Amino acid sequence: MTELSPTAPAAPWCDHCGTATGAGDHAACAAARALEPPRYCDRCRRRMKVQVLPAGWSARCVEHGEIHA
Amino acid sequence: MPEILDRARTQVLENGVGLDQAGVLAVLNLPDEDLPAALQLAHEVRMRWCGPEVEVEGIVSLKTGGCPEDCHFCSQSGLFTSPVRSVWLDIPNLVAAAKQTAATGATEFCIVAAVRGPDARLMKQLREGVAAIQAEVDIQVAASLGMLTQEQVDELVEMGVHRYNHNLETCRSYFPNVVTTHSWEERWETLRMVRESGMEVCCGGILGLGETVEQRAEFAAQLAELDPHEVPLNFLNPRPGTPLGDRPVVEGKDALRAIAAFRLAMPRTILRYAGGRELTLGDLGTRDGLLGGINAVIVGNYLTTLGRPATDDLKLLDDLKMPVKALSATL
Ligand SMILES: [Zn+2]
Ligand SMILES: [Zn+2]
Repeated sequence: MTELSPTAPAAPWCDHCGTATGAGDHAACAAARALEPPRYCDRCRRRMKVQVLPAGWSARCVEHGEIHA
Repeated sequence: MPEILDRARTQVLENGVGLDQAGVLAVLNLPDEDLPAALQLAHEVRMRWCGPEVEVEGIVSLKTGGCPEDCHFCSQSGLFTSPVRSVWLDIPNLVAAAKQTAATGATEFCIVAAVRGPDARLMKQLREGVAAIQAEVDIQVAASLGMLTQEQVDELVEMGVHRYNHNLETCRSYFPNVVTTHSWEERWETLRMVRESGMEVCCGGILGLGETVEQRAEFAAQLAELDPHEVPLNFLNPRPGTPLGDRPVVEGKDALRAIAAFRLAMPRTILRYAGGRELTLGDLGTRDGLLGGINAVIVGNYLTTLGRPATDDLKLLDDLKMPVKALSATL
């Protein structure tokens, strides 16, 4: 199972709180992501449709497609 | 040794009679230095009345988000500005989730939907899902679909759902502070119908909703009166956007006190570690709880949040020499 990096350094939006990665501190977001799937698309900040499964999750942005772990 | 633990040793350990509300409150109020003794006694009670086996369960959300109810702890209510969007799980992925769960050695697979109660569409999806799981996976299916009508209870029995989860969440006196769209009594009525149907009753709740220690004791006493087959114990994981999103998490020692107290109130129940343990207790806490009255775990991920890897819990059970309850032992 390969998990995509929670929020790649270049991503404009935080996938946990949905605000700009360039503004504010997202350390708590990154910590929370250890026990949570992403909720926002890190490319367009849309809320994603997220399905958690016993051994993984999938998250779908209507514009940018699905990621999963 | 505090008087309450002496009394519990005779009453609960030897005679199998759970502590009443006042007794539970005394345990919840024990000072830190007495906590190890309380956990030790709760562990002995669990071993004496339940045995060393641990029941392992996996859960999955069949219908996530968009719930019309206002349970103040829940990220799936459509009434709060939570980032959780509405989504349905299809049957092939439901069966895959059951397979993932069975692969851990779990005997229980609970299908959960965020609804006030099931509608015809959800019952149809569940019927197809349960049949598909039963055809392909060796695991017992439980369900958690909110409040039921008698007809729906009968339908679940006929599908072969063997256990139904419906949490009271908190004590009767505090419930109106947590949920306003339905009552504690409505939940109790569903539990009564489930009990009478012959399905196993699974009913627990969440600690850390803002209830007092007295109300925690009240809750344990009310659960003991219900006498469920299983009690899942959650600790609040404050969710962004919910009315309880800013509440502090339960202190680790308070969580452990509660585990011991709930075990001493209900010596024979399956007392399950459910959500929030990772946050409240960390890795060490899982071990402390399993040595303090807990005899069941949810492994893997939860409904909208992630758990620690199932392999970590299974390794811990192996280290503790606690066998995973086998399917044959539950039938
Ligand atoms: Zn953030
Ligand atoms: Zn996107």
